[in-house]
Amino acid sequence: MSVPVMAEALLKVDGLQAWYGESHILHGVGFEIGRGELVTLLGRNGAGKTTTLKSVMGIVGRRTGTVRFDGRDLIARPSDEIARLGIAYCPEERGIFSSLNVEENLLLPPIVKPGGMSLAEIYQLFPNLEERKRSQGTKLSGGEQQMLAIGRILRTGADLLLLDEPTEGLAPVIVQRIGEIIRTLKGRGFTILLVEQNFHFAATVADRHYVMEDGRVVDMITSADVQQNIGKLQTYLGV
Amino acid sequence: MFELLGIPPQALFGQLLLGLINGAFYAMLSLGLAVIFGMLNVINFTHGAQYMMGAFAAWLMLTQLDIPFWAALVLAPLVVGLFGIVLEKVMLKRIYHLDHLYGFLLTFGLALIIEGLFQWKWGSSGAPYPSPIPGGTNLGFMFLPTYRGFVVVAALVICLVTWYGIERTKFGAYLRAATENPTLVRAFGINVPRLITLTYGLGVGLAALAGVLAAPIQQVSALMGVNLVLVVFAVVVIGGMGSIMGSIVTGFGLGLVEGLTKVFYPPASNTVIFVVMALVLLVKPAGLFGQTK
Repeated sequence: MSVPVMAEALLKVDGLQAWYGESHILHGVGFEIGRGELVTLLGRNGAGKTTTLKSVMGIVGRRTGTVRFDGRDLIARPSDEIARLGIAYCPEERGIFSSLNVEENLLLPPIVKPGGMSLAEIYQLFPNLEERKRSQGTKLSGGEQQMLAIGRILRTGADLLLLDEPTEGLAPVIVQRIGEIIRTLKGRGFTILLVEQNFHFAATVADRHYVMEDGRVVDMITSADVQQNIGKLQTYLGV
Repeated sequence: MFELLGIPPQALFGQLLLGLINGAFYAMLSLGLAVIFGMLNVINFTHGAQYMMGAFAAWLMLTQLDIPFWAALVLAPLVVGLFGIVLEKVMLKRIYHLDHLYGFLLTFGLALIIEGLFQWKWGSSGAPYPSPIPGGTNLGFMFLPTYRGFVVVAALVICLVTWYGIERTKFGAYLRAATENPTLVRAFGINVPRLITLTYGLGVGLAALAGVLAAPIQQVSALMGVNLVLVVFAVVVIGGMGSIMGSIVTGFGLGLVEGLTKVFYPPASNTVIFVVMALVLLVKPAGLFGQTK
């Protein structure tokens, strides 16, 4: 597998292995993302996409290999330190806090660097959240909770966003809206690593796709080459 | 003079006031217990011993160092809270991943050791602590010692400040969020282990603060917190594990219930709280203000 030449890899992962208790989930994952790029991890259920995000964030039981972010090694650092270097995480289950209202949820992640979006800008991007800012976080609809989960990591000044299946279980019109938002964020210079099951969604937003199988990255396809490789992709993803 | 069911008003109001004062201590202590349980998932059975340490710290400061009550009110909780922080760092943090039972055994064992050490050094007869605000007011139906009135007001203020700190501030939002999902809060860049340590120190400091306030009312003795921790645990269970407002309301409420029982049927006054606990658990297993998870 050839890795394209990039000006500067913001995140570089090499030989990453990870375990949950006794089960060995990742068997040497390698990929990289340039600053400002939007890259997806594709693959079937259980291929190790979510575990890869969690390993970058430092919240799996045990991990080895190399994870370099902005020139610093992350593998030995606890997750709070990793977050403060400028990586923000939006989990698959969204992780909205029920004991916090919408605005408290939004303001929870501390600012780690200058240059994040202001609360006003975030409300402009997600007007629903402003209307419901006093509601309990978990009283929102699934789509609104997803917007809240994305919105709250935009204030922190993090350069790299890890988004785990932001479209899962949402109605097509909301999926479309989230697609627009992700493109807006890319336009603002965020670097984004997106985990997706929904390839059609991923194809509309990403620069490149890494394909995962059985805890490894097995292929890389740029958006420009997707059409030529559609047959191969369908085999990988089993669609 | 009027009478209620054959009870003279002096007795009724006197017991109600006693109940209110006891309730003030129940509220302050169960508050700390609830905060600690929410964050650490540990039922801190050392709470009674830490309350006693607060009273002792104030007494030692007064008798050995001439530090007056009002300074001890700040210093003693700091010293005992710091002791709590050391305890958390050295011992408690090793058992969070284990069953509740281990937290109970560790904190209960620590309480026995601490109380044993104090008893060995200072005996169990108890030492008096002079009231910092002597005097009182005759309310007509009863005599109100000024200091006891002060304790009720101070406890209310302490409870409300703690409630505000947890429910309305940024630090409190971190606490509430970390109680729900510590892994994610940590992945946002918050040092959760340090937050847990601070929370324990805060809860222990609250217990010690209650101890300082209790010193002029009770005898300062090594065993003053032994029975209290059982009642306070019942208060937390009735209020709903981890519920802040539940602890405050239930603490004051049960103090009053206990006081009333002393008037109308004194033999039941020691057990009434546990009867209430059993009844509440039958009807609302999560407690009056608790949420079922």
